[in-house]
Amino acid sequence: MNAGKTALYDTHVKLGAKMVEFAGYLMPVQYRGIKEEHFKVRDSVGIFDVSHMGEFFFSGDKALEFLQQMTLNDVSKLEPFRAQYTAMCDDSGGLIDDLILYCFDDSYMMIVNAANRAKDFAWLQEHLIDGVDFTDRSDEFSLFAVQGRNAEAVLQKLTDLDLSEIKFYWFREGMVAGEKAFVARTGYTGEDGFEIGADAARSPELWNAILEAGAEYGLEPIGLAARDTLRMEMKYCLYGNDIDKSTNPIEAGLGWITKVDKGDFVGRGAIVRVKEAGASRRLVGFQMKERGVPRQNYAIYKDGQNIGHVTSGTFSPSLEQGIGIGYVAVPHNTAGTGIQIQIRNKFVAAEVVKTPFYQRPY
Amino acid sequence: MNTPKELSYTAEHEWVAIEDDTATIGITDYAQGELGDIVFVELPGEGDSTVQGDPFGTIEAVKSVSELFAPLSGIIIEANTALEDQPELVNSDPYGDGWIIKLKVADAAQVEKLLSAEEYEEQVSS
Repeated sequence: MNAGKTALYDTHVKLGAKMVEFAGYLMPVQYRGIKEEHFKVRDSVGIFDVSHMGEFFFSGDKALEFLQQMTLNDVSKLEPFRAQYTAMCDDSGGLIDDLILYCFDDSYMMIVNAANRAKDFAWLQEHLIDGVDFTDRSDEFSLFAVQGRNAEAVLQKLTDLDLSEIKFYWFREGMVAGEKAFVARTGYTGEDGFEIGADAARSPELWNAILEAGAEYGLEPIGLAARDTLRMEMKYCLYGNDIDKSTNPIEAGLGWITKVDKGDFVGRGAIVRVKEAGASRRLVGFQMKERGVPRQNYAIYKDGQNIGHVTSGTFSPSLEQGIGIGYVAVPHNTAGTGIQIQIRNKFVAAEVVKTPFYQRPY
Repeated sequence: MNTPKELSYTAEHEWVAIEDDTATIGITDYAQGELGDIVFVELPGEGDSTVQGDPFGTIEAVKSVSELFAPLSGIIIEANTALEDQPELVNSDPYGDGWIIKLKVADAAQVEKLLSAEEYEEQVSS
């Protein structure tokens, strides 16, 4: 398959982006430098193009019932203009995808990982029940994340919506820079910020309007590489790295979104068994105590024994140290446990730590 | 892309400056740009020997890890220990303060086979 170009491809190239193929799309991985982009978001505000993500819509009398069946979190707790972080599992409790579910007046929207869009659609289609109208409208939407302490100030210049009234994980519909949009107070960086969905055909206009409005705050475009270092500092899971079909939500630390008491849902039986027996391994965050950068698939050791592996790792620009996420056998998952990461032919000291690695100062 | 004419190059994006039988080695401006922010350079020790084409060290960028391949066989006379605390010198001054090792060349014939600046540029752009 040839990589697709989003409506913003030329805009990114003009901004100096290095474009890489991601989930079938050519997306900006970096504009000026990962560290610079990382700190732009930590210190002020940046904008990400995440239009490659998927938008699914559900309506009809049975939409709530269907989503309760297909997702882990309790959909009945949602009300219009509230969003929920949740996930889907297969019958054996393996994670199919993690996602955000948005509740409208008479419908729901699901934003899914770009790499899983086709798989998720097929999975949902396969389980679809009468009384649910289900459509994939991903190609109709652009999705931008404006993240950082100045995100609200930037976006407020472009909309009549009172953004200060939108609480974390709530959203509104309205006009942003003359475009019809939804604006959610969500993100993947650990900073305050918003995700804005709008008509894909008009995405260059909206993107440029936000760049212009943000100029006084030094807003810059941020690539997917810095998005990854930002999310790792928060220990946010990345599907395909930290979670996948071979991992269950309990060991992945997603027990808080797994509402086994809400009634039946796909994977519930298997998840209840894991909960009862106790997970044999846990996804932890660790920090290097010596020089070294952990990377995906590096082995984790404790006193000469292999106790797990790294699922995500990087050099943390904020901590100026190597940090990682990985599965370790219980009971080595408690904060303060000394571990070793095998980096090439060396065993480098690290420590399991409380996460997030980074705490925002405001 | 900055590719000084007076230096020699390898296909693995290293540059070599020869002075008598001493070679100073680093990575090219193109390579540092591709790697992005460099956060850690694993250096060999003084007195270690290198074999042309074999790895002698590692460069960690935020996103990736790359091996450094010896452009020439020889004995390490000096490693740039300034990089231990300031690995970003490889980004900011790849042909100057960001040099990586100096070695005593074992086989002068190997020097002849290095790429010229033109040949290297041609390879990068192809």
